[in-house]
Amino acid sequence: MHELSIAHGIVDTVSTALGDTPGVVRDVSIAVGALSGVVPDALHFCFEIATADTRLSGATLSIEQVPVAIWCPTCAAVVEPPPPLSFRCPVCNTVSGDVRRGRELDVLSYTFDDEPALEGA
Amino acid sequence: MTRIVELRAGVLKKNDELARALRSRMQQAGVFTVNLVSSPGTGKTEFLKQTLIALREQGYRVAALVGDLETENDANRLAESGAPVRQILTHGLCHLEAAMIGDHLEGWALDALDFLFIENVGNLVCPSSYDLGEALRVVLLSVTEGEDKPRKYPTIFNSADLAIVTKMDLAAACEFDADAATASIHSVRPGLPILWTSARRGTGMSEWLELLATRRDATRTVAAG
Ligand SMILES: Nc1nc2c(ncn2[C@@H]2O[C@H](COP(=O)(O)OP(=O)(O)O)[C@@H](O)[C@H]2O)c(=O)[nH]1
Ligand SMILES: [Mg+2]
Ligand SMILES: [Zn+2]
Repeated sequence: MHELSIAHGIVDTVSTALGDTPGVVRDVSIAVGALSGVVPDALHFCFEIATADTRLSGATLSIEQVPVAIWCPTCAAVVEPPPPLSFRCPVCNTVSGDVRRGRELDVLSYTFDDEPALEGA
Repeated sequence: MTRIVELRAGVLKKNDELARALRSRMQQAGVFTVNLVSSPGTGKTEFLKQTLIALREQGYRVAALVGDLETENDANRLAESGAPVRQILTHGLCHLEAAMIGDHLEGWALDALDFLFIENVGNLVCPSSYDLGEALRVVLLSVTEGEDKPRKYPTIFNSADLAIVTKMDLAAACEFDADAATASIHSVRPGLPILWTSARRGTGMSEWLELLATRRDATRTVAAG
Protein backbone atom coordinates (compact mmCIF):
# COMPACT_ATOMS: atom_id res chain seq x y z
CA MET A 1 0.00 0.00 0.00
CA HIS A 2 1.80 3.07 -1.18
CA GLU A 3 -1.38 5.10 -1.61
CA LEU A 4 -0.63 6.87 1.67
CA SER A 5 2.73 8.05 0.29
CA ILE A 6 0.93 9.14 -2.86
CA ALA A 7 -1.70 10.99 -0.82
CA HIS A 8 1.05 12.82 1.09
CA GLY A 9 2.59 13.69 -2.26
CA ILE A 10 -0.69 15.27 -3.35
CA VAL A 11 -0.93 17.27 -0.12
CA ASP A 12 2.68 18.46 -0.55
CA THR A 13 2.11 19.46 -4.16
CA VAL A 14 -0.99 21.51 -3.40
CA SER A 15 0.44 23.01 -0.19
CA THR A 16 3.52 24.19 -2.06
CA ALA A 17 1.36 25.75 -4.78
CA LEU A 18 -0.82 27.47 -2.18
CA GLY A 19 2.09 29.02 -0.34
CA ASP A 20 0.80 31.75 1.96
CA THR A 21 -2.35 32.44 -0.06
CA PRO A 22 -5.24 32.56 2.43
CA GLY A 23 -8.31 30.46 1.73
CA VAL A 24 -9.83 27.01 2.05
CA VAL A 25 -9.20 24.16 -0.36
CA ARG A 26 -12.49 22.55 -1.42
CA ASP A 27 -11.37 19.97 -3.90
CA VAL A 28 -8.28 18.51 -5.49
CA SER A 29 -8.52 17.02 -8.94
CA ILE A 30 -6.01 14.40 -10.05
CA ALA A 31 -5.43 12.15 -13.04
CA VAL A 32 -4.70 8.47 -12.36
CA GLY A 33 -3.61 6.36 -15.30
CA ALA A 34 -4.62 2.73 -15.62
CA LEU A 35 -0.89 1.90 -15.54
CA SER A 36 -0.02 4.20 -12.64
CA GLY A 37 -0.21 1.40 -10.10
CA VAL A 38 -2.56 3.41 -7.93
CA VAL A 39 -5.91 2.10 -6.76
CA PRO A 40 -8.48 4.95 -6.70
CA ASP A 41 -10.50 3.55 -3.74
CA ALA A 42 -7.41 3.16 -1.60
CA LEU A 43 -6.32 6.65 -2.57
CA HIS A 44 -9.65 8.20 -1.52
CA PHE A 45 -9.27 6.54 1.85
CA CYS A 46 -5.65 7.64 2.30
CA PHE A 47 -6.36 11.18 1.13
CA GLU A 48 -8.63 11.71 4.12
CA ILE A 49 -5.86 10.58 6.45
CA ALA A 50 -3.16 12.59 4.71
CA THR A 51 -5.15 15.82 4.67
CA ALA A 52 -6.05 15.75 8.39
CA ASP A 53 -4.57 18.76 10.19
CA THR A 54 -3.37 20.31 6.94
CA ARG A 55 -4.77 23.16 4.87
CA LEU A 56 -6.45 20.54 2.72
CA SER A 57 -8.44 19.17 5.62
CA GLY A 58 -12.02 18.50 4.49
CA ALA A 59 -11.21 18.81 0.79
CA THR A 60 -12.66 16.26 -1.57
CA LEU A 61 -10.57 14.31 -4.06
CA SER A 62 -11.78 14.05 -7.66
CA ILE A 63 -10.07 11.29 -9.61
CA GLU A 64 -10.06 11.30 -13.37
CA GLN A 65 -9.15 7.80 -14.52
CA VAL A 66 -7.06 7.76 -17.68
CA PRO A 67 -7.30 4.64 -19.84
CA VAL A 68 -4.28 3.27 -21.67
CA ALA A 69 -3.68 4.72 -25.12
CA ILE A 70 -1.07 3.32 -27.47
CA TRP A 71 0.48 4.43 -30.71
CA CYS A 72 -0.60 2.07 -33.47
CA PRO A 73 2.10 2.13 -36.17
CA THR A 74 -0.27 0.52 -38.69
CA CYS A 75 -3.05 3.09 -38.26
CA ALA A 76 -0.48 5.82 -37.58
CA ALA A 77 -2.73 6.98 -34.76
CA VAL A 78 -3.10 6.99 -31.00
CA VAL A 79 -5.76 4.43 -30.13
CA GLU A 80 -7.45 3.28 -26.92
CA PRO A 81 -7.77 -0.48 -26.53
CA PRO A 82 -11.01 -1.09 -24.58
CA PRO A 83 -10.75 -2.74 -21.14
CA PRO A 84 -9.61 -5.18 -19.85
CA LEU A 85 -6.03 -3.94 -20.14
CA SER A 86 -4.64 -4.67 -23.58
CA PHE A 87 -2.07 -3.31 -26.00
CA ARG A 88 -3.86 -4.39 -29.15
CA CYS A 89 -5.18 -1.79 -31.55
CA PRO A 90 -9.00 -1.99 -31.54
CA VAL A 91 -9.08 -1.02 -35.21
CA CYS A 92 -6.47 -3.25 -36.84
CA ASN A 93 -5.34 -5.67 -34.08
CA THR A 94 -1.69 -4.58 -34.18
CA VAL A 95 0.04 -5.03 -30.83
CA SER A 96 2.07 -2.06 -29.68
CA GLY A 97 3.93 -1.33 -26.45
CA ASP A 98 4.30 2.34 -27.29
CA VAL A 99 2.23 3.75 -24.42
CA ARG A 100 1.05 7.32 -24.96
CA ARG A 101 -1.41 7.67 -22.05
CA GLY A 102 -2.20 5.72 -18.92
CA ARG A 103 0.89 6.26 -16.78
CA GLU A 104 -0.33 9.59 -15.33
CA LEU A 105 -0.24 10.35 -11.66
CA ASP A 106 -0.77 14.10 -11.75
CA VAL A 107 -2.41 16.82 -9.72
CA LEU A 108 -4.53 18.59 -12.35
CA SER A 109 -5.97 21.43 -10.32
CA TYR A 110 -7.40 22.45 -7.00
CA THR A 111 -10.48 24.46 -6.14
CA PHE A 112 -10.27 26.95 -3.36
CA ASP A 113 -12.30 29.66 -1.66
CA ASP A 114 -10.43 32.80 -0.81
CA GLU A 115 -13.33 34.24 1.24
CA PRO A 116 -14.12 31.45 3.67
CA ALA A 117 -15.23 33.99 6.32
CA LEU A 118 -18.43 34.65 4.36
CA GLU A 119 -19.56 31.10 4.81
CA GLY A 120 -22.58 30.71 7.08
CA ALA A 121 -22.73 34.44 7.58
CA MET B 1 -14.70 33.72 -4.42
CA THR B 2 -14.11 30.19 -5.61
CA ARG B 3 -11.17 29.74 -7.92
CA ILE B 4 -9.83 26.77 -9.78
CA VAL B 5 -6.06 26.72 -9.93
CA GLU B 6 -4.50 24.61 -12.66
CA LEU B 7 -1.38 22.73 -11.61
CA ARG B 8 -0.63 19.77 -13.89
CA ALA B 9 2.16 18.58 -11.60
CA GLY B 10 3.36 15.02 -11.12
CA VAL B 11 2.47 13.75 -7.66
CA LEU B 12 5.84 12.04 -7.45
CA LYS B 13 7.73 15.00 -8.84
CA LYS B 14 10.10 15.16 -5.88
CA ASN B 15 11.05 11.51 -6.24
CA ASP B 16 11.33 11.83 -10.01
CA GLU B 17 13.68 14.80 -9.70
CA LEU B 18 15.89 13.00 -7.18
CA ALA B 19 15.90 9.93 -9.41
CA ARG B 20 16.90 11.99 -12.43
CA ALA B 21 19.78 13.52 -10.48
CA LEU B 22 20.89 10.07 -9.32
CA ARG B 23 20.72 8.75 -12.86
CA SER B 24 23.01 11.45 -14.21
CA ARG B 25 25.36 11.03 -11.25
CA MET B 26 25.60 7.29 -11.95
CA GLN B 27 26.11 7.88 -15.63
CA GLN B 28 28.90 10.35 -14.98
CA ALA B 29 30.57 7.96 -12.54
CA GLY B 30 30.20 5.11 -15.05
CA VAL B 31 28.06 2.96 -12.75
CA PHE B 32 25.35 0.84 -14.31
CA THR B 33 22.47 0.64 -11.83
CA VAL B 34 19.96 -2.19 -11.75
CA ASN B 35 16.70 -2.22 -9.76
CA LEU B 36 15.42 -5.72 -8.97
CA VAL B 37 11.70 -6.01 -8.19
CA SER B 38 9.58 -9.07 -7.37
CA SER B 39 7.22 -10.62 -4.84
CA PRO B 40 8.78 -11.82 -1.58
CA GLY B 41 10.45 -15.20 -2.08
CA THR B 42 10.90 -15.05 -5.85
CA GLY B 43 14.64 -15.40 -5.47
CA LYS B 44 16.00 -11.84 -5.78
CA THR B 45 18.61 -12.27 -3.06
CA GLU B 46 19.82 -15.65 -4.33
CA PHE B 47 19.94 -14.45 -7.93
CA LEU B 48 21.71 -11.24 -6.94
CA LYS B 49 24.24 -13.07 -4.80
CA GLN B 50 25.19 -15.36 -7.72
CA THR B 51 25.32 -12.30 -9.98
CA LEU B 52 27.68 -10.45 -7.62
CA ILE B 53 29.95 -13.49 -7.36
CA ALA B 54 30.07 -13.99 -11.13
CA LEU B 55 30.70 -10.32 -11.93
CA ARG B 56 33.48 -10.16 -9.36
CA GLU B 57 35.08 -13.21 -10.96
CA GLN B 58 35.00 -11.34 -14.26
CA GLY B 59 36.84 -8.46 -12.61
CA TYR B 60 33.93 -6.04 -12.32
CA ARG B 61 33.61 -3.79 -9.29
CA VAL B 62 30.13 -4.28 -7.86
CA ALA B 63 28.07 -3.20 -4.89
CA ALA B 64 24.52 -3.69 -3.69
CA LEU B 65 21.82 -1.96 -1.71
CA VAL B 66 19.02 -4.11 -0.37
CA GLY B 67 15.68 -2.94 0.93
CA ASP B 68 13.88 -4.82 3.64
CA LEU B 69 10.99 -3.99 5.94
CA GLU B 70 12.75 -4.98 9.16
CA THR B 71 15.75 -7.31 8.91
CA GLU B 72 19.38 -7.29 7.79
CA ASN B 73 19.29 -10.94 6.69
CA ASP B 74 19.47 -10.29 2.96
CA ALA B 75 22.42 -7.91 3.32
CA ASN B 76 24.30 -10.59 5.24
CA ARG B 77 23.56 -13.18 2.55
CA LEU B 78 24.66 -10.82 -0.23
CA ALA B 79 27.82 -9.82 1.64
CA GLU B 80 28.97 -13.46 1.41
CA SER B 81 29.75 -12.63 -2.23
CA GLY B 82 32.52 -10.36 -0.99
CA ALA B 83 30.91 -7.25 -2.50
CA PRO B 84 30.16 -4.18 -0.41
CA VAL B 85 26.49 -4.31 0.61
CA ARG B 86 24.27 -1.97 2.54
CA GLN B 87 20.87 -2.68 4.00
CA ILE B 88 18.12 -0.13 3.66
CA LEU B 89 15.61 -0.68 6.45
CA THR B 90 12.29 0.81 5.41
CA HIS B 91 10.53 0.14 8.74
CA GLY B 92 7.28 -0.88 7.17
CA LEU B 93 7.39 1.20 3.99
CA CYS B 94 6.58 -1.16 1.14
CA HIS B 95 8.99 0.24 -1.47
CA LEU B 96 12.28 2.07 -1.88
CA GLU B 97 12.37 5.74 -2.89
CA ALA B 98 15.12 7.68 -4.64
CA ALA B 99 15.98 9.63 -1.49
CA MET B 100 16.81 6.41 0.35
CA ILE B 101 19.19 5.39 -2.42
CA GLY B 102 20.96 8.75 -2.27
CA ASP B 103 21.28 8.55 1.51
CA HIS B 104 22.72 5.05 1.47
CA LEU B 105 25.34 5.84 -1.17
CA GLU B 106 27.01 8.24 1.24
CA GLY B 107 30.73 7.48 1.53
CA TRP B 108 30.86 5.11 -1.43
CA ALA B 109 33.18 6.16 -4.24
CA LEU B 110 30.88 5.68 -7.22
CA ASP B 111 33.79 6.13 -9.64
CA ALA B 112 35.21 2.91 -8.24
CA LEU B 113 32.12 0.90 -9.19
CA ASP B 114 31.03 -0.71 -12.45
CA PHE B 115 27.65 -2.01 -11.29
CA LEU B 116 25.29 -1.08 -8.50
CA PHE B 117 22.39 -3.42 -7.76
CA ILE B 118 19.34 -2.47 -5.77
CA GLU B 119 17.17 -5.25 -4.37
CA ASN B 120 13.81 -3.61 -3.81
CA VAL B 121 11.37 -4.52 -1.05
CA GLY B 122 9.48 -7.70 -1.94
CA ASN B 123 6.34 -6.24 -3.49
CA LEU B 124 4.98 -6.14 -7.03
CA VAL B 125 2.75 -3.11 -6.60
CA CYS B 126 4.33 -0.17 -4.83
CA PRO B 127 7.89 -0.19 -6.23
CA SER B 128 6.49 0.30 -9.72
CA SER B 129 5.68 3.98 -9.09
CA TYR B 130 9.12 4.94 -7.77
CA ASP B 131 11.99 5.64 -10.10
CA LEU B 132 15.27 4.97 -8.27
CA GLY B 133 17.48 6.41 -10.99
CA GLU B 134 18.23 2.92 -12.29
CA ALA B 135 19.44 2.24 -15.82
CA LEU B 136 17.71 -1.13 -15.91
CA ARG B 137 14.52 -2.16 -14.14
CA VAL B 138 14.22 -5.90 -13.82
CA VAL B 139 11.07 -7.69 -12.70
CA LEU B 140 11.53 -11.25 -11.48
CA LEU B 141 8.94 -14.00 -11.47
CA SER B 142 9.51 -17.54 -10.18
CA VAL B 143 8.06 -20.66 -11.79
CA THR B 144 6.19 -21.37 -8.54
CA GLU B 145 4.14 -18.17 -8.68
CA GLY B 146 1.81 -19.00 -11.55
CA GLU B 147 2.10 -17.97 -15.18
CA ASP B 148 -0.67 -15.37 -14.97
CA LYS B 149 1.01 -13.17 -12.37
CA PRO B 150 2.00 -10.49 -14.92
CA ARG B 151 -1.68 -9.98 -15.79
CA LYS B 152 -2.42 -9.42 -12.11
CA TYR B 153 0.40 -6.89 -11.70
CA PRO B 154 0.52 -5.13 -15.07
CA THR B 155 2.09 -1.88 -13.88
CA ILE B 156 5.39 -3.35 -12.74
CA PHE B 157 5.71 -5.61 -15.77
CA ASN B 158 4.83 -2.73 -18.05
CA SER B 159 7.43 -0.45 -16.50
CA ALA B 160 10.24 -3.03 -16.52
CA ASP B 161 13.07 -3.24 -19.07
CA LEU B 162 13.56 -6.97 -18.61
CA ALA B 163 11.75 -9.93 -17.06
CA ILE B 164 13.69 -12.73 -15.38
CA VAL B 165 11.99 -16.02 -14.67
CA THR B 166 13.66 -17.65 -11.65
CA LYS B 167 13.86 -21.20 -10.21
CA MET B 168 13.71 -22.88 -13.63
CA ASP B 169 15.16 -25.97 -11.87
CA LEU B 170 11.66 -26.37 -10.37
CA ALA B 171 9.81 -25.85 -13.67
CA ALA B 172 9.00 -29.50 -14.34
CA ALA B 173 7.87 -30.17 -10.77
CA CYS B 174 5.53 -27.16 -10.95
CA GLU B 175 4.32 -28.07 -14.45
CA PHE B 176 5.35 -24.56 -15.38
CA ASP B 177 4.15 -23.49 -18.82
CA ALA B 178 6.80 -21.20 -20.33
CA ASP B 179 4.63 -20.31 -23.33
CA ALA B 180 1.78 -19.24 -21.07
CA ALA B 181 4.18 -17.15 -18.99
CA THR B 182 5.57 -15.49 -22.11
CA ALA B 183 2.05 -14.73 -23.35
CA SER B 184 1.10 -13.31 -19.97
CA ILE B 185 4.18 -11.07 -19.81
CA HIS B 186 3.71 -9.88 -23.37
CA SER B 187 0.01 -9.20 -22.83
CA VAL B 188 0.96 -6.43 -20.42
CA ARG B 189 4.24 -5.42 -22.04
CA PRO B 190 4.57 -6.35 -25.70
CA GLY B 191 8.08 -7.43 -26.63
CA LEU B 192 9.59 -7.35 -23.13
CA PRO B 193 12.81 -9.43 -23.21
CA ILE B 194 12.67 -12.49 -20.92
CA LEU B 195 15.52 -14.51 -19.43
CA TRP B 196 14.95 -18.02 -18.07
CA THR B 197 17.19 -18.71 -15.09
CA SER B 198 18.01 -20.84 -12.10
CA ALA B 199 20.35 -19.32 -9.56
CA ARG B 200 20.76 -22.81 -8.06
CA ARG B 201 21.91 -24.45 -11.28
CA GLY B 202 23.45 -21.43 -12.97
CA THR B 203 20.95 -21.67 -15.85
CA GLY B 204 20.74 -18.50 -17.92
CA MET B 205 23.52 -16.81 -15.99
CA SER B 206 25.90 -16.35 -18.91
CA GLU B 207 23.11 -14.74 -20.95
CA TRP B 208 22.33 -12.41 -18.04
CA LEU B 209 25.97 -11.43 -17.52
CA GLU B 210 26.35 -10.78 -21.23
CA LEU B 211 23.23 -8.60 -21.24
CA LEU B 212 24.57 -6.59 -18.30
CA ALA B 213 27.92 -6.01 -19.98
CA THR B 214 26.27 -5.03 -23.28
CA ARG B 215 23.81 -2.64 -21.68
CA ARG B 216 26.54 -1.07 -19.55
CA ASP B 217 28.76 -0.54 -22.59
CA ALA B 218 25.84 1.02 -24.45
CA THR B 219 25.20 3.63 -21.76
CA ARG B 220 28.91 4.42 -21.57
CA THR B 221 29.07 4.99 -25.30
CA VAL B 222 26.13 7.36 -25.04
CA ALA B 223 27.79 9.14 -22.11
CA ALA B 224 31.06 9.50 -23.99
CA GLY B 225 29.46 10.52 -27.28
N1 LIG C 1 15.02 -24.30 -6.24
C1 LIG C 1 15.43 -23.03 -6.23
N2 LIG C 1 15.24 -22.29 -5.13
C2 LIG C 1 15.66 -21.01 -5.14
C3 LIG C 1 16.30 -20.44 -6.27
N3 LIG C 1 16.59 -19.15 -5.97
C4 LIG C 1 16.15 -18.94 -4.72
N4 LIG C 1 15.60 -20.05 -4.20
C5 LIG C 1 15.00 -20.22 -2.87
O1 LIG C 1 13.81 -19.45 -2.77
C6 LIG C 1 13.68 -18.87 -1.48
C7 LIG C 1 13.56 -17.37 -1.58
O2 LIG C 1 14.74 -16.83 -2.16
P1 LIG C 1 15.25 -15.35 -1.87
O3 LIG C 1 16.47 -15.16 -2.68
O4 LIG C 1 15.34 -15.12 -0.42
O5 LIG C 1 14.02 -14.53 -2.47
P2 LIG C 1 13.69 -12.95 -2.34
O6 LIG C 1 12.68 -12.80 -1.24
O7 LIG C 1 13.08 -12.58 -3.66
O8 LIG C 1 14.96 -12.22 -2.07
C8 LIG C 1 14.91 -19.31 -0.69
O9 LIG C 1 14.57 -20.44 0.09
C9 LIG C 1 15.89 -19.66 -1.78
O10 LIG C 1 16.83 -20.62 -1.37
C10 LIG C 1 16.52 -21.27 -7.41
O11 LIG C 1 17.07 -20.87 -8.44
N5 LIG C 1 16.05 -22.56 -7.34
MG1 LIG D 1 15.51 -10.86 -0.60
ZN1 LIG E 1 -4.23 0.01 -35.64
